[in-house]
Amino acid sequence: MGETVVGSERVAPQSLDVFRPRYRAGDRLFSWALNLSTWIYLALILGLFVVLFAGSWLAIKSFGLHFLVDSSWDPVAGRFGALPFIFGTVVSSAIAIVIASVVGIAAAAYLAEFAPPLIARPLAFLIELLAAVPSVVYGLWGLFVLAPLMRTVIGPAIQSKLGWLPLFSGPIYGVGMLTASLILALMIVPTVAAISRDFIESVAVDQREAMLALGATRWETVRRVVLPAARPGIFGACVLAVGRALGETIATTMVIGNRPAISASLFAPGYTLASVIANEFTEATTQIYISTLIGLGLLLFVVSIVVNAAARILMHTVLRNVEER
Amino acid sequence: MSPTHESGGIIPHMHPDFFTRRKALSAAAALLAVALGAGTVVPAFASTQLTGAGSSFDYPLFSKAFYEYSQQHSDVTVNYQSIGSGGGIQQFTTKTVDFGASDVPLNTEEYKRAEQAGGKVLQIPIALGGVAVTYNVPGIGRGLRLSGPVVVAIYLGKIVKWNDGAIAKLNPSLKLPDAQIIVVHRSDGSGTSYIFTDYLSSVSPEWKSKVGVGKSVQWPAQNSVGGKGNEGVSGQVRETPGSIGYVELAYALQNNMMYAQLENAARKFISPTVESVRAAAATKPGVNPSDFSIVNRPGAGSYPIAGYSWVMVFAKPSDAARAKLIKDVLEWTATKGQSIAASLDYVPLPANVQQEAKRVLGQMQF
Repeated sequence: MGETVVGSERVAPQSLDVFRPRYRAGDRLFSWALNLSTWIYLALILGLFVVLFAGSWLAIKSFGLHFLVDSSWDPVAGRFGALPFIFGTVVSSAIAIVIASVVGIAAAAYLAEFAPPLIARPLAFLIELLAAVPSVVYGLWGLFVLAPLMRTVIGPAIQSKLGWLPLFSGPIYGVGMLTASLILALMIVPTVAAISRDFIESVAVDQREAMLALGATRWETVRRVVLPAARPGIFGACVLAVGRALGETIATTMVIGNRPAISASLFAPGYTLASVIANEFTEATTQIYISTLIGLGLLLFVVSIVVNAAARILMHTVLRNVEER
Repeated sequence: MSPTHESGGIIPHMHPDFFTRRKALSAAAALLAVALGAGTVVPAFASTQLTGAGSSFDYPLFSKAFYEYSQQHSDVTVNYQSIGSGGGIQQFTTKTVDFGASDVPLNTEEYKRAEQAGGKVLQIPIALGGVAVTYNVPGIGRGLRLSGPVVVAIYLGKIVKWNDGAIAKLNPSLKLPDAQIIVVHRSDGSGTSYIFTDYLSSVSPEWKSKVGVGKSVQWPAQNSVGGKGNEGVSGQVRETPGSIGYVELAYALQNNMMYAQLENAARKFISPTVESVRAAAATKPGVNPSDFSIVNRPGAGSYPIAGYSWVMVFAKPSDAARAKLIKDVLEWTATKGQSIAASLDYVPLPANVQQEAKRVLGQMQF
């Protein structure tokens, strides 16, 4: 994902020119190393793109743009289309981030503003620990706990109230788009919560005090001063989280059902770009098959870039509106 | 490029999650140390190390067999990388490994590419496996019977209820519930899927033309979900009442899974066991890379879903000394080493197939 430190407050740049005459060899080396570490990333991303593009050239040449709107996936006949995978990736990540941002920001606000330190510290530690749990553990938990629960309790409960919506119609397999989205949400909540908490805590104390002095309640202070001030950081946290959701492979694979189909129902199985690559790459033997799977990798790359770019544009518009108000 | 790979696979992979955000700096330092040290840390082997890559199905058998072999022959160690058949074929073709292993023999196109790289290719059967059909039907324990056409109809999505007349007819003594069938298949490309679809194609022309045979196929049933690996499929089946799936025989036996008895070509209902798969394989001693299917074999005791995994070597490797070692290792694995298979719930190659493998390896020149 390269750099995604969207919200870091920029410190007023101190002009380095002042120090220039006293540059020493060590300083030179240091700044040279810093430069290099940035350029290496740029080169890596560029290299990644070139390799993916070259690897998928055969598929691009054979299928063209039609590849993006084709829903067939038949390795035996060599007919491939990417639409179900793009759909699955975008939808599962979108649902996940909606859930995770609400829960994560709420948790962060609670930890930073309301919880007594005796509770806040261990809780914050636990949440950060959750971020370090390997995704296969989430996947196993999803398969053996969440999926049966979805089939027997959660799914039927939703369906009895909202079954008339196409979104919640059809048979409930346990595994499927909704289960995958929930697992993804669970996985990215720590990212949202931990980073948001850091930013909420760093909002200046005098701002809060000013608000409280005006007679505002704790809640009003948080809602009208603290959260808006921390907004760029929280936004950055969400962008990072979406990145993780888009690229998540093993946990998704274990609970999404792995059927390359586009279905209106969230209970139906789906498939994601990352999952199909992980599933089929090792045993793919024909040239066009391998090339197609690499092409899906390129698409995932592009989807990630598009989502990141969209998030940045969104953030800038939101922030500008806030400033103008 | 001469195949000398003393360092292959020695350095353990570090998982990215290994590093936490805060330890990034010390982690980077550690990484640097590993990178710098890599050239010097590699232990010097007194013995020759042969390398192979490919099928993950073969891996448990290979790792035990090659270990035993090194115990008896201190001059050779074999490093086998379980990276999947596709990767195995690729690495074999680029001559980065001494031998490749694949759940399906090289097809014409792959053979030609390999031949251009290193001359004539020899392929021998090395491991034998079967596929068990597993199920989770409420109220039904062991002893479900199924036939080829019924399994095809279920996987085509034509039979969607467990109390369907076609299933009931095969199981007059069972009280089948009025439950939806949920079809589970492998989501990852796999030799198990290949053997299973090979069986379905041999039973049904409709399956053959609509879906075909492959390690990944377009599963036609609307009521289907995919699970990753044997464990994914079995987990799915265990957790979902009404489901049916297929897993590799050794996995089914080791996990004591519920499996269906299948009707074979002789119209007998047969359980998937080491013996019944071996019996099926023994009916085709002349198995070879261009005629390798052993599904639906005749014989009263033959289990109908079985298949071989294959090893490929160049007939005349560039390094004569290595060539001799490769031949010895593979010959041992295909004959004496097969006794190890049973302890892993793998099926030992029938005696006549062992002899065939030995004969083919005899064509190696050095």
